[in-house]
Amino acid sequence: MKKTFVSSALVFSALVSCTLLMGLSTRAQSDKYVAAMQKNLSLFDSTKTIDQYQSLAATFDRIGDAEKTQWLPFYYAALAQTLAGWNPDLKDKDANSRKINAYLAKAEAIEKNSETYAIENMSATQQMLVDPQNRWMTNGKDASEALQKGLALDPNNPRLYYLQGMSMFNTPAQFGGGKDKAKPLFEKSVTLFKAAQPKSLYPNWGQKEAENMLAQCQ
Amino acid sequence: MRPLFVTSALILLSASLSAQTHVSGTVRDNKGHPLHGASVAIKNSYDGATTDSTGAFRFVTTEKGTDTLLVSNIGYNPIEQPVTLNGTPVVLHLALKEQLSELKAVTITAGSFSAGDSKRGAVLSSLDVATTAGSNADITAALKTLPGAQQVGEQEGLFVRGGAGYEAKQYIDGTLVNNPYYSSVPDIAQRGRFSPFLFKGTVFSTGGYSALYGQALSSVVLLESIDLPEKSEVDATISPLVVGLGTQQLAKDKQSSYGFSYNYVNALAYFKAVPQDVNYFEMPQYHNADANFRIRTKSGGMIKYYTTFSYNMLGLRRQDWDSLNMNDAFGLTNHNWYNNLSWRDYLKGGWKFDLGASYSTNLDNIGQNVQNLANQNQVFPDSAFWMNYKNFGVNQRQNLTQLRAVFDKKLGTLSAIRFGSEYWYSYNNQQYHTVEYNIDTLYKFHDNFNSLFAESDIYLTNALAAKLGVRYEHSTVINKSDIAPRASLAYRTGPEAQVSLAYGIFYQKPESSQLFFTQNVGFTKATHYIINYQKMTKDRIFRVEAYYKKYDDLIKTVPVNYYFSTFNNSGSGYAKGLEFFWRDKKSIKNFDYWISYSYLDTKRNYLNYTTQLMPNYAATHTASIVMKRFFTKLRSGVNLTYSFATGRPYYNFILDSLNKYNLAESGKTKDYNSFNFSAEYVPSFANPKARTFVVLFASVSNVLGYNAVYGYNFSYSGLYKQPITPPARRFYFIGCFLSWGVDRSQDAINNNL
Repeated sequence: MKKTFVSSALVFSALVSCTLLMGLSTRAQSDKYVAAMQKNLSLFDSTKTIDQYQSLAATFDRIGDAEKTQWLPFYYAALAQTLAGWNPDLKDKDANSRKINAYLAKAEAIEKNSETYAIENMSATQQMLVDPQNRWMTNGKDASEALQKGLALDPNNPRLYYLQGMSMFNTPAQFGGGKDKAKPLFEKSVTLFKAAQPKSLYPNWGQKEAENMLAQCQ
Repeated sequence: MRPLFVTSALILLSASLSAQTHVSGTVRDNKGHPLHGASVAIKNSYDGATTDSTGAFRFVTTEKGTDTLLVSNIGYNPIEQPVTLNGTPVVLHLALKEQLSELKAVTITAGSFSAGDSKRGAVLSSLDVATTAGSNADITAALKTLPGAQQVGEQEGLFVRGGAGYEAKQYIDGTLVNNPYYSSVPDIAQRGRFSPFLFKGTVFSTGGYSALYGQALSSVVLLESIDLPEKSEVDATISPLVVGLGTQQLAKDKQSSYGFSYNYVNALAYFKAVPQDVNYFEMPQYHNADANFRIRTKSGGMIKYYTTFSYNMLGLRRQDWDSLNMNDAFGLTNHNWYNNLSWRDYLKGGWKFDLGASYSTNLDNIGQNVQNLANQNQVFPDSAFWMNYKNFGVNQRQNLTQLRAVFDKKLGTLSAIRFGSEYWYSYNNQQYHTVEYNIDTLYKFHDNFNSLFAESDIYLTNALAAKLGVRYEHSTVINKSDIAPRASLAYRTGPEAQVSLAYGIFYQKPESSQLFFTQNVGFTKATHYIINYQKMTKDRIFRVEAYYKKYDDLIKTVPVNYYFSTFNNSGSGYAKGLEFFWRDKKSIKNFDYWISYSYLDTKRNYLNYTTQLMPNYAATHTASIVMKRFFTKLRSGVNLTYSFATGRPYYNFILDSLNKYNLAESGKTKDYNSFNFSAEYVPSFANPKARTFVVLFASVSNVLGYNAVYGYNFSYSGLYKQPITPPARRFYFIGCFLSWGVDRSQDAINNNL
């Protein structure tokens, strides 16, 4: 009798431990997601080369494919690919923008918001810069429209003002651009950055860049 | 016991935690080339890696058991590979197949040049067509700088690869344009009726074209009209030769638009400033009015309607070529009304349709009189009967009604099948009268023309594409049918390089000027064989093409008496040649140029030719170089075109007493040289916020003043020949184009600042 009681107790505790373990595993999976996201987000600062950015993008893409309901991993995959696109060593900007847009499409299938429109803008801008004289009517227009759509959804997104400021800053004055036109946009961007309270894991890049650009406009 | 349980549990736990599997290998394409940046991932897990530049990958996974590896790379079909993860290292060598993609697939280019901004493989943009020096914004003139088109200056039309002008036809949105040029004036080439700004895409085919089109032995020009405008705008044109005003209004929901415009041409001021060799007693005046509407349908299709009404008149006197004391006074008035309605749309299941309807009517009232130096009409004795035949009046009408339907079904990513039918009802009449011989005859005929066609696009891989088609045609006026096969192929031979082949049989009804006199004739026929090699990067295009055209059943003139002939199909001929095209936008900064060269060897025995002869609109060597330079800081552009052609043959055929033609004289004209210049100033360039869009445009053709001779007109006796030369040595144009639009795109940003 004592033996039976002990074996049942053993089985019961084993079952409980297993359940506890499983329960821990379930919570660990969303902890796993948060941990993976935080780990990879911290990699952005140390990533430099095109290959490193592509690898980082693919890592976020895998997280997104595994999670299935989160737009943020795909957003960051697109962002990493976009940062690869700013590297002058990357020759085929059109092919790179196709990759950005493929990741972005997966994010937008879950949620379209002002952050995804910011990526749309950067992807189109990179393509336009390939041949501005001939592409300002096509890619340039797409970049502009993406910002407008983003602002319609969230007129307080500081990154959108930063991007519009960049576009204005890089347009020659005789074509309606220049530092004077860019300055109020960077000012608004910095103001919004200072007031921003981003949620955990949500994008909050760009404050340093906006402050730098504002200094250049003085 | 408890410690044992805990220990075993701990052991089990740590064992599961430390059971990792190493996964490594390579990813290549199905030709064995390594793929860089391909993604290898364990399904539903975060574990995976991307391939390096040698195609190699490696990663460690804690997943266990049987699982699936997802391998993908943009532009390739993804694959799933089952794997067993139990701690033993897994090594995989994987291959991905390239996806069929419109961006990567070859396009069939044999015998075809496309122009337009959205067309893949376009050699010209729509702005190129408008700004090429020497073209003065006439589409045909811009196409003459491409290989295949001959430099014929005294007659309107495209003379392609040894073919006459009527062997090239123009289509707008699928339906034929019956009168693409203003009415002919002897020895003075007329402009096309349509502005290049109406079109977003042009395909200029120099042969071997699709089964969807027919009734043109040499070439088709396929024009695609623009869709909705970007914004509402008002346009104006101001110049000494033409003034115009128009508007396009875009609906608030941006799903429809309408517009209309009017322009008036009067050459009085221009001819006072630039004297012409011919004497105008009635200054050329043109009134053109047009209207359009466009509607985007819910399924993303477009309904477009365009109508244009034109009235023009002129009268000129030029020296008679039989008598130095006489002038031929020629007068013309023309009424033309053209309508085009098209509807293209999408149906379920990958189906597309393209419907078109068109109605045009054209009325010419032409008169000619031989006059003495006091401008009095002359009558001649019967012994100089040929002079009396130069006093005539002609009223002619051409009506054409067309219906067209094409259905297209996608089969897979890029392959497609399409079929359709056309119905053309044409009515032509000509009232010809001469006073002296009491001739007043009305010639007329009507024709019910029907065609059925089918074609398929077959894409086997991104490197191999084929197009096969067949066309059936029937015409009631000649009561004949034909079946015409078409086939073409493109094969990628290397990065950005391809070889393309085209074959086809083409039939064409005889001209109405022949059908008035006999309808006992059949289709004329041409068989094309074309091969081309092309290498095209973003900034450079190199193209070489060789062709052979065999003409059969060409129309031969059978004279009955001096002014009346009948016709049969006993003519024949051939044309063969080699053409080069080179375009470079990169080598010199901000400088864009292209070079065309055509070598043409052609002979035909047709109309009144006595044997196989090179036709008088063909030149053995033709070359053009077109240069454009845009100065971004000055917001101006300069364009130069130089065209050269070796001399054209000329012939004098004389009807003998047995009513047979004899070749009395033949020769070659001198070479043709023309250097044209144009410049534009665009103050609002690259400023998307500009309210007013302005272009100042100036051009001079034949800057160096070369005296071109296109051919000769012979006197009745054959003793005297008069060179055919342009009415003025140079043509000058200066004009201003303004466009006011309302652009709301920046309002959202500005309101939030």
